[in-house]
Amino acid sequence: MLQLPILGQVDRRTALKAAGAMLGAAAFAKAVAPIVEWASQETSADEFLQKHFKQLSGDELAQVIRRLEAETQEEYGAEVTISDVRPQPGVKFGYALNLSICIGCRKCAEACHQENNHDRASGNSYIRVLEMDQGSLDLESGTADYDHPVPQPDKFYMPVQCQQCDRPPCVNVCPVEATWKEDDGLVVVDYNWCIGCRYCEAACPYHARRFNWTKPEVPTAEINPNQGYLSNRIRPQGVVEKCTFCLHRTRAGRLPACLEACPTGARVFGNLLDPNSEISYVLRTKRVFVLKEELGTRPQFFYFFDT
Amino acid sequence: MNQTHAATGSTSHAVTYPRFLWRAIKLSTEGPWFFYAWMTLLTALFLVGVHAWAVQVRDGMAVTNMTDHVSWGLYIANFTFMVGLAAGGVMMVIPAYLYHDDEMHEVVILGELLAIAAIVMCLGFVTVDLGRPDRFWHLIPGLGRFNWPISMLTWDVIVLNGYLLLNLHITGYLLYKRFRGEMPDKKWYLPFVYLSIAWAISIHTVTAFLYCGLGGRPFWNTALLAPRFLASAFVSGPAFIIVAMLVVRRVGGIPIGEAPIRTLTGIMRVTILISLLMVVSEVFTEFYTGGSHIASARYLYFGLHGHNALVPWVWSSVAMMTVAAILLLKPKVYDHKPLLVVACSLAFVGVWIEKGMGLIIPAFVPSTLHEVVEYLPSLSEWKITVGVWALGLMVFTLALRVAIPILTNQESLVLTRGRRA
Repeated sequence: MLQLPILGQVDRRTALKAAGAMLGAAAFAKAVAPIVEWASQETSADEFLQKHFKQLSGDELAQVIRRLEAETQEEYGAEVTISDVRPQPGVKFGYALNLSICIGCRKCAEACHQENNHDRASGNSYIRVLEMDQGSLDLESGTADYDHPVPQPDKFYMPVQCQQCDRPPCVNVCPVEATWKEDDGLVVVDYNWCIGCRYCEAACPYHARRFNWTKPEVPTAEINPNQGYLSNRIRPQGVVEKCTFCLHRTRAGRLPACLEACPTGARVFGNLLDPNSEISYVLRTKRVFVLKEELGTRPQFFYFFDT
Repeated sequence: MNQTHAATGSTSHAVTYPRFLWRAIKLSTEGPWFFYAWMTLLTALFLVGVHAWAVQVRDGMAVTNMTDHVSWGLYIANFTFMVGLAAGGVMMVIPAYLYHDDEMHEVVILGELLAIAAIVMCLGFVTVDLGRPDRFWHLIPGLGRFNWPISMLTWDVIVLNGYLLLNLHITGYLLYKRFRGEMPDKKWYLPFVYLSIAWAISIHTVTAFLYCGLGGRPFWNTALLAPRFLASAFVSGPAFIIVAMLVVRRVGGIPIGEAPIRTLTGIMRVTILISLLMVVSEVFTEFYTGGSHIASARYLYFGLHGHNALVPWVWSSVAMMTVAAILLLKPKVYDHKPLLVVACSLAFVGVWIEKGMGLIIPAFVPSTLHEVVEYLPSLSEWKITVGVWALGLMVFTLALRVAIPILTNQESLVLTRGRRA
């Protein structure tokens, strides 16, 4: 049998190992190339190091907002203004919906889609309208993907969106405090802090949260330029978002887009702390109920029948 | 530092520890042809997974089949199973350290190394499930904003990383001491071993609490979840270790006694029956009560409104677990190795389905608004999942590759020196 000298054997083995290691390293570099591409185009050092919203000073926040506005200009071709409207003292927002007159036209869902700069392809909206069987409040009898003229005679319609719970399970479960409840009762998300684990989506009993499975696409002409940092600015890919009762409008004294779009006046919005507000009147005089009351989430979104 | 160095003289740790690490690296790149073949295969699968993940990060998680309705899928399913596998190794640690089973003591490191590999896979599965892995540092206590103690996910971060560190310390310390030719000092590892036993229970309990604390998901919202997790973990862990021991004995030529295999078989015999009993108990409570909160269970076992993607999975799992339980009841099943391997494999896959897809997906079907959107993993998800498994198996293989020669005294400081001289 031919025996190679020991030295030669070691050399060949070492050479083979080195070749294998180089091949492996090259394959690894090739394999991670998409991440490198993404990191160079879609993120920046400023974004990577950005602090939590509550830790940003006024100057820092202004700088972040300038950066986000510039990015929107660059990537979406739209000139937008991103504001940070703070909660007003003495205000706690509540919403009520009159199930007797909702006709299930989904105008609210459509208005939400436009107002909040949702991804066009997915037709996303924070509102799902359920068509329910008369005689049952069991969600199991409802369907959200009906496709026929409305209203149907033997049905009623129940739009569902974020209930802005006083005891929000989604806030409790977030591992990084990327979502919290503001002083006026609104549950918000810092889209630049969320890590995208979607635990909040699992925890929410009302299907109120949405995840950005892709980078949202909105044509330049359709972008709503009136944007809020914590609400309808165009969200990054890979983070969770939700209904904020249009805080960029409502904190500035306007009404939510879904309410303005409702053709029947089924929606009532206002300050729960103001005894003269319409919402306080509804809660005082109508027999209202909340969804899944037994879970103890204390929704600030109320339903009532008026006939 | 007044240690006696009978075998090695007074070599300081500053010299011997780097040498130990160097030998570990050398050992993990040496082996017979089938070792290279196995590692090449795993590396290739791992790279396929890495690439699929890189594409997922770039293009978004739309490359998965997850949706806002089913927002967790194959990744979290495998994560949950892996936590169980990591905890399962403790079934070797308990007999070895609490009941002084000497033969188990000799192979207990297998369970501890499995725990390390399984935790690496857990961390891998959580990472690939993140929409923004670049923001992982938000989860680091002190650097980010750690929502502890209210978020169960922060508890999971603590217990999983803690368990990893504990096992790294225990195995690393024992191997290093053995490498130096010294007796390990009990005070440097025994307290950690005892701690690791309680810790193993905690990782699976906390992971169960992650799910069962959610009132909006009735399928998970059951007090039986944590005990069920533990029972099935003590099936899958021993099942994997028995097969691993048989493989190591065959291909590595390592003498592993029959006693540890018998002990683990005996444990599985009981835990698989407890596991099945809990399934029956859960199924009875759901279906006898009825009502709309059992929609998820109905979807899982029988299908709902014509949607039945998980039905074949779950019945396969029930069948596998039942057959495995019956096989394990055979009094001397451990003397009949092919039968034992079949029983272990069936039990392992059965638990993987039950604890994976069977546990995670039905909680989302129907959704909280009772919409039925089904989910089956996409090709990208399978690739990434296989990649994480390959990574874990690589870690396990390399750990054994380093540990076995040191433990069987084929590798030590003295020998290394001799070779170098």
